Amino acid sequence: MKARLMQGNEACAEAAIAAGVRFFAGYPITPSTEIAEAMARMLPKCGGKFLQMEDEIASMGAILGASLAGMKSMDATSGPGFSLKQELIGYGAVAEIPCVLVNVQRVGPSTGQPTAPSQGDVMQVRWGTHGDHPVIALSPWSVKETYDTTVMAVNYSERFRTPVILLMDEIVGHLRERVELPEKIEIYPRRQPKKTRAEGYQPYEPDYDLVPNIADFGKGYHIHVTGLIHDETGFPVGSPEVTERSIRRLHEKISRVGEEIIHTKEYFMDDAEYAVVSFGGTARTAYEAVRRMREAGKRVGFLRLITVWPFADKAIERLADKVKGIIVAELNYGQLVNEVRRAVAGRADVALCGKYNMKAFEPEEIEAAVTAMMKGGKA
Amino acid sequence: MKGRITLKSERCKGCGICAAFCPKKVLAISTLGQIEIVNGKDCIACGQCELRCPDYAIFVDKEEA
Amino acid sequence: MDDSIKRSYEKYFRLNRLPHLWCPGCGNGIAMKAIVMAIEKHPELNKDNTVIISGIGCSSRASGYMDFDTLHTAHGRALPFATGIKMARPDLKVIVITGDGDCTAIGGNHFIHTCRRNHDLTVILFNNNIYGMTGGQTSPMTPQGKKATTTPYGSMAHPLDPSALAKAAGATYVARSTAYHVKHLADVIEQGLNNHGFAFVEAIVQCPTSYGRKNKMGSPADMLAWMRDHAVMKAAWDKMSDEEKTGEKFPIGVFLDTRAAEYGDEYNKLIERLGGARS
Repeated sequence: MKARLMQGNEACAEAAIAAGVRFFAGYPITPSTEIAEAMARMLPKCGGKFLQMEDEIASMGAILGASLAGMKSMDATSGPGFSLKQELIGYGAVAEIPCVLVNVQRVGPSTGQPTAPSQGDVMQVRWGTHGDHPVIALSPWSVKETYDTTVMAVNYSERFRTPVILLMDEIVGHLRERVELPEKIEIYPRRQPKKTRAEGYQPYEPDYDLVPNIADFGKGYHIHVTGLIHDETGFPVGSPEVTERSIRRLHEKISRVGEEIIHTKEYFMDDAEYAVVSFGGTARTAYEAVRRMREAGKRVGFLRLITVWPFADKAIERLADKVKGIIVAELNYGQLVNEVRRAVAGRADVALCGKYNMKAFEPEEIEAAVTAMMKGGKA
Repeated sequence: MKGRITLKSERCKGCGICAAFCPKKVLAISTLGQIEIVNGKDCIACGQCELRCPDYAIFVDKEEA
Repeated sequence: MDDSIKRSYEKYFRLNRLPHLWCPGCGNGIAMKAIVMAIEKHPELNKDNTVIISGIGCSSRASGYMDFDTLHTAHGRALPFATGIKMARPDLKVIVITGDGDCTAIGGNHFIHTCRRNHDLTVILFNNNIYGMTGGQTSPMTPQGKKATTTPYGSMAHPLDPSALAKAAGATYVARSTAYHVKHLADVIEQGLNNHGFAFVEAIVQCPTSYGRKNKMGSPADMLAWMRDHAVMKAAWDKMSDEEKTGEKFPIGVFLDTRAAEYGDEYNKLIERLGGARS
């Protein structure tokens, strides 16, 4: 392994290429632009294609098209661009097109504070599109983990045939760290049809894992792909039965794997009475805050979410059974905290440590929030 | 020149374009709202009906008179 | 349902999905026939190497009836999807079917820039002057003074001319025809398929249900006759004086047929130059 000094956004681009991404379409937006710039430099050197499109929506459309034609595809943006892409994210979910969409979060709403960190898109990435479909969103806390979760995102998108969100933030996107990149990574190959046309191939017939093996365009299968609700043939059907079955399968193809894709990490949890929950760039500060409190003899632990969606209900439930109180540290007015409250269901105290003033957390702020809960919480 | 008309009536929506462009009044819309051949012997195989049918429901082949 | 084929071009249809959902007398069926007739004439095109992409609207339902790999995208977004497919698989012939609202309103920005990059796409815009699928609202191509449900007193704006826009934006083939001029329409589409670059064809089609009824244009046959009486072949149009170009007369024919650098070709040259293995 060779150690290198890398930026989070660069690690994302390198990992995507290592994981087999050969098509990137994007539109400049701070603080994600370095991903597009890196892709523009690197992709043609490995036979891939980069396109700067006319707008955010076009970028999303182009990656969906390229993916349908068999190229693993990625697009990167920030909150405002993510908002614009929402309709096509839903298209990718219902038409079951693998792709990775990176959201390097900044302060919103609207143009907000383009160069400042935020984690205000937790709910946007989950609920931003119209209608019902599940979302996989991974949130790295370091440059190395950006590399790893990007590879994971590409693989999940191919395995489940769905858009996967890499939920970064300005802190990690612009962070420079010494990293050792793996020499070999596991790559999930593009799923292929298991039947010929003569054998009655249906592009949206689910395999054993509820995921269909949709033929790439240009392979002679003559398939039809639409954003309308469709049956196994791929053609639109206006029936209540097919609609219900389709929407249920979209959810179940991901929910059936359960905890397998829900990655979390625990620190200092052995005899913890209180815990901090955090993710992404904020988790770095939360870790430091908890470490300091441990050094001071306080029984505080830390749970870090790498998979933000689907939500880590089980990990939070286990935490709630163990500790008296939970502090959720996030760079927003309070988003993830409500999910934590739902999963805790009254079994422990839950409080928000939120921040939305362009600045990343200082460890002292999270320490203070935990201390306040310890003082005011159950003895 | 004579024409032999083939109808695929399951495709016909009775829009009347073929009848309107038929120079010999061979075609008409039936009471059921579909095209019918009312005067087949006058067909001159000009092909206007087939050319303009939006539903691929009418075809004309030339037959020697 | 009789699935037998009477004409060879019918083999390009998904026969089990006919009749199509368009209204009685709708011109979209005629334009779709012109497309498959043009494909049939092209010696290199077949069902395996041709892709049909559409947006949303009446026009864009065409993709579902055509027996190729077909993609019915989101409203206005057919061109970005087509761009991605063409870049990923330059060996595929990519045909886009769009409408006046889809292409020039919600998809207007994509239209401009896909022309500019001169991607090797053949784009056929079914112009029915109105939003048909949603029940007859005004489109950017509704002529001034004509009625729609959202311009009940007549459209106030000047209509957009996508041919002029395509030329200005960098398309390399631009043509217009009508549902009345079926063979001419198939011919200009065929020429578009032969152009290696962004080829744009405006196919004027009748919408008897919404546009025709709102504007008292008579039966579907009357609307076709209107096209016959108002379309002027480009050669004749060019000789007409400005005074003669009044009323509702409009030119049809090939407005531009040229060559320019095609984006995918240029990108492949770059890959070659950088030593990137072709993927």
